[in-house]
Amino acid sequence: MKFASNAAPHWLGAESVAVLMRQVLYALVPALIVLVWFFGAGIILNILVAAVVALGSEALVLRIRKRPVGLFISDYSALVTAVLLAMSLPPLTPWWITATGTVFAIVFAKHLYGGLGYNVFNPAMVGYAVLLVSFPEDMAAWPLPRNITPDQQTLSLFTVLQYWATGSVPADVTVDALSAATPLNSVKGQLGMMRTMPEIVGDPLFGNLAGHGWEWINAATALGGGWLLYRRIIRWQIPTAMLAGLLAPALVFYIVDPATHPSPAFHLLSGGTMLGIFFIATDPVSAAASNRGRLIYGLGIGIITYVIRNWGAYPDGIAFAVLLMNLAVPVIDRYTRPRIYGHGA
Amino acid sequence: MTNGRTSNQALPLPAWGIRLESRKVDSETGAIKKMPPPGELIVALKQNIGVPAETIVQPGERVLKGQPIAIASRWGLSVAVHAPTSGAVMAIEERPIPVAGGGTGESVIIEPDGKEERYAGYVAQMNSKRLPPPQIRNEIMEAGIVGMGGALFPTATKLNPGSGIQALILNGVECEPYISADNALLTERSDQVLRGAAIMLAALDCDECLVAVKADMAEAQAAVQAAIDALGDDRISLVVVPAFYPAGGERQLIELITGKEVQAGGLPWDVGVVCQNVGTAAAVAKFFDEGEPLISRIVTVTGDGVGTAANIEVMIGTPIVDLVEFAGGYTDDAAGLVMGGPMMGFSLPHDQLPVTKATNCILVAGQAELDPSVREMPCIRCGECARVCPAALMPQQLLALARGPDYEALESQGLQDCIQCGCCDYVCPSYIPLTSRFIEAKQGLWENHLVSQRSALALRRFDARGERLERRESDRSDELQRQVDEIGPAGEIDADALRQLKQRVKSKKPGDKT
Ligand code: SF4
Ligand code: SF4
Repeated sequence: MKFASNAAPHWLGAESVAVLMRQVLYALVPALIVLVWFFGAGIILNILVAAVVALGSEALVLRIRKRPVGLFISDYSALVTAVLLAMSLPPLTPWWITATGTVFAIVFAKHLYGGLGYNVFNPAMVGYAVLLVSFPEDMAAWPLPRNITPDQQTLSLFTVLQYWATGSVPADVTVDALSAATPLNSVKGQLGMMRTMPEIVGDPLFGNLAGHGWEWINAATALGGGWLLYRRIIRWQIPTAMLAGLLAPALVFYIVDPATHPSPAFHLLSGGTMLGIFFIATDPVSAAASNRGRLIYGLGIGIITYVIRNWGAYPDGIAFAVLLMNLAVPVIDRYTRPRIYGHGA
Repeated sequence: MTNGRTSNQALPLPAWGIRLESRKVDSETGAIKKMPPPGELIVALKQNIGVPAETIVQPGERVLKGQPIAIASRWGLSVAVHAPTSGAVMAIEERPIPVAGGGTGESVIIEPDGKEERYAGYVAQMNSKRLPPPQIRNEIMEAGIVGMGGALFPTATKLNPGSGIQALILNGVECEPYISADNALLTERSDQVLRGAAIMLAALDCDECLVAVKADMAEAQAAVQAAIDALGDDRISLVVVPAFYPAGGERQLIELITGKEVQAGGLPWDVGVVCQNVGTAAAVAKFFDEGEPLISRIVTVTGDGVGTAANIEVMIGTPIVDLVEFAGGYTDDAAGLVMGGPMMGFSLPHDQLPVTKATNCILVAGQAELDPSVREMPCIRCGECARVCPAALMPQQLLALARGPDYEALESQGLQDCIQCGCCDYVCPSYIPLTSRFIEAKQGLWENHLVSQRSALALRRFDARGERLERRESDRSDELQRQVDEIGPAGEIDADALRQLKQRVKSKKPGDKT
C-alpha cells in the first residue's frame, strides 16, 4: 500500500489566527454593551464605519499587492483593528473621521509595512494618533454619560445619526449634551486651573472612583481581558507589566501629593486604561518577542502613559505610549534574547 | 547529584514543552504479542549511526537464529547484525529502508524456515556483572546493540565515557503520543530492564541508576518499583517525569532530573550522566542472560488505520506490511503511515519496508488523526513557539533569518541547537512549518560551511601563489617576468574575486565557527 508523505510533526495543536482574532472580538462584547448603555448607540455606528472601511481597504490593498484576498480577509485581523479603533473614538464621531483613521490604520500602518505580521506599529493606535492630531476637538468631545443629572437632555437617535452624517446638530441641542469633557480631560483642565483633586472629584461626572460610566466600562473591558488570559489568547506578561508601570508612579505621586494627583484607582479605571492593557498593548505583532522583553515593553507603556497623562499635552497617553514602545521593540528584542539551552551557565 | 532523593519522586514541571494527548490506551492494555517469522526478512546492514556492518554470509547459505551475518566494520562506528531466525540467505542486495527522506541500503534477505533453530555461538553469562568493563562493552558490541529509542548510537561506545560518571539514566519516558513499546516493556519485563541496568552500571563503574518513567504511566511505574523492591538493589531508583513532550529527549531529560545542561557540542558525559533507553537495557540483559543478540524488538502498531492496536515483539527485518497484517490489517480509514510518533516520526511512502532496530512505532493514521491541510499564514509574533521551545530558541526569529538566509545570524541564534522536536509547529496559530524550515536551513548552513571552508582554502592557495609571484618578480628574471605578464590579465580577474573573498573571510570575527 502507498501513502502520502508529510513532514513532521504530523499533529498540530493550535487554533488558527482567525479563531484567535474572533475570540478577541467576543472578548470586547461586554465593554461594548456598557459603552452603549452609558454613551448611546453612536459607538455602533463607529464600528460599522470602521469595519466596512477596514475590510474594503484591506481587500483593495491585498488585490493591489497580489495576495490571496479571501485568505487574509478571513483572518479577522482587520476587523479587530477596526473595532479597537472604533471603540477608542468618541461615540459621536462623524463618519469621515472614523473612515480616515481606519484607512491610516489598515493601509499605512499595516499594509505599507508588509501586511499581517509585519507592521511595526499597532495599526489601531496609528489610526487613533492620526485622528488625535488632525481632529483634536472632535476627538475630545464625548457626550454626557447617561443619568448624570436628573434633567439631562438625552440625544435622540435622529440627532445622533444627523451628527454622524453631517458633523453638525440641530439648533435646539445644547452643545453640552454633545460634548462634555471626559474625566481624564476634565482633571487635566481643572488641575491646570489650580483646582485640587478633592474639589474636582466632587463633580457628578466623577462617579465613585474614576468617572461616571467609565469605571464600569473599564471593569467590563477587564472582564473580557480576563477571559482572553484564561483562554491563553494573551499572556500575562504585558498586561501585568503595563499595570505595574502605570500604577507604581500613580501610587507614589498620589501618596506624595494627593491634592494634585488623581488616585491610582482613577488611573486604573478611567479612559482607555483597560482597553490598552488587555487589547492594545497585547497586540503580538508590534510587541516585544520574548517574555522578558514583554515585561519591559509593558512596563514602558505603563510608565509613558502616566507621564503623558500627568505632564503631557494629551489627557490620555496610551496611544502614544504604545507607539513609542513599538519603536523600542527592536532594541528590546535585541537585549532580551533568552539564553539558549547549552550555551553558558 | 541526586543524593537524598527518595525513589518515586515527581520532578518539577519544565518551563518548556507541550502537553499532548497520550492516545496510548489501545496498545497499552493488551500484553505484548509475539509475531511469528514472516515469509521474508529484510535485514539492513546499516542499523546504527556510523558505517554499515560487513556481511560474512553468502546467498544460499543457511543461517541460524542469532548467528552473526555481518560484523562491525573496521572503518568507523559500527555494530554487528544477526540473523533474526533460522533460514536461508536468499540474496544480499539494495532494498528500500525506512529512513527520513527515504533511501535504500544493502540488506541480507532471509527466508525463514520456521524452525527457529538457535545459534550456539553465544552462551548465557550469569556472572556478567563481575566481568571487567571492557569485556562487557565488547560483548554488547558483539550483540549488535544500539540505542533503541531511535537514536541507533552503538551502546558499547556510549558505555565507555571514562571515569566520573555519577548516574546512569534509563529513559523510559516515551513522551510521544501513541508509542507505548517501552511502557509495555516496563510493565511486563521490568526485571529484565533492571538486570540490564546492573550490567550497564558495571560497565560504567557507577553506582546510581535512575529509571525515568512518565507521570501518566502508572502501571509501568508500579512495575518498576516492584522490580526494584524484589531486586533489593538500592543503587537503582524510579524517577517520575512530568507528562510533557519532549521530556524524553536526552538533553531535556537530563535537565529535568539533574538540573544541569549539556553544553552545545558537549555530551551527557560532561555532566556525569549516561542516558540509555530502557529497551536497550533489556536487550543487554537478554544477551547476557540468554545469549540472544539483538534480533527482535517491541514495536507499537497503532492508529485508526490498523485493525487492533498492539505492542508486538517482532523480528528485525520484518516487512511492515506483514506487521500490519499481524495487527489485524488496514482499516478502510488508513490514510497515512508514519514510523515513530506524530511529532518526530517520518512518513513512509509505502509498507514494503523492514522493521529496524530503530522502529519503536508504526502509526497507521486514520483520516481524523492527520491534520487537515492548513494554509500557512505570516508569523504574527505571538511568541508561543518560543514559550514551548525546549532549547530556549526564538523560532519566530530563526524563521525570519532563514528567509534570507542569514547564516551567520542563524548560527549565533542557535539554529544548530534546535532538536527538531516540532513543538513550535504544534503551537503556531499561523501553521508555519517551522521545523521543516529549520531542517532546510541547517542543510543550507552546513553547505555554507563547506563553501566557506573551500574559499578559505582557496584564499590560502592564492596567498601562497602571490608570495611565489613576488619572489619571482624580485628575481627579475626576464623569462619568469614574461610568464607573470602572460598570466597577468587572467590573474587579475581571479585576484579581484579572491580579494572580495578575502575581505569576507576577514570581516568574520575571530572565534566565529565558520
Ligand atoms: S508560534 Fe508561529 S505565529 Fe507565533 S511567533 Fe511563533 S512562528 Fe510566529
Ligand atoms: S523544533 Fe527546534 S525550534 Fe522548534 S521547538 Fe523544537 S527545538 Fe525549538
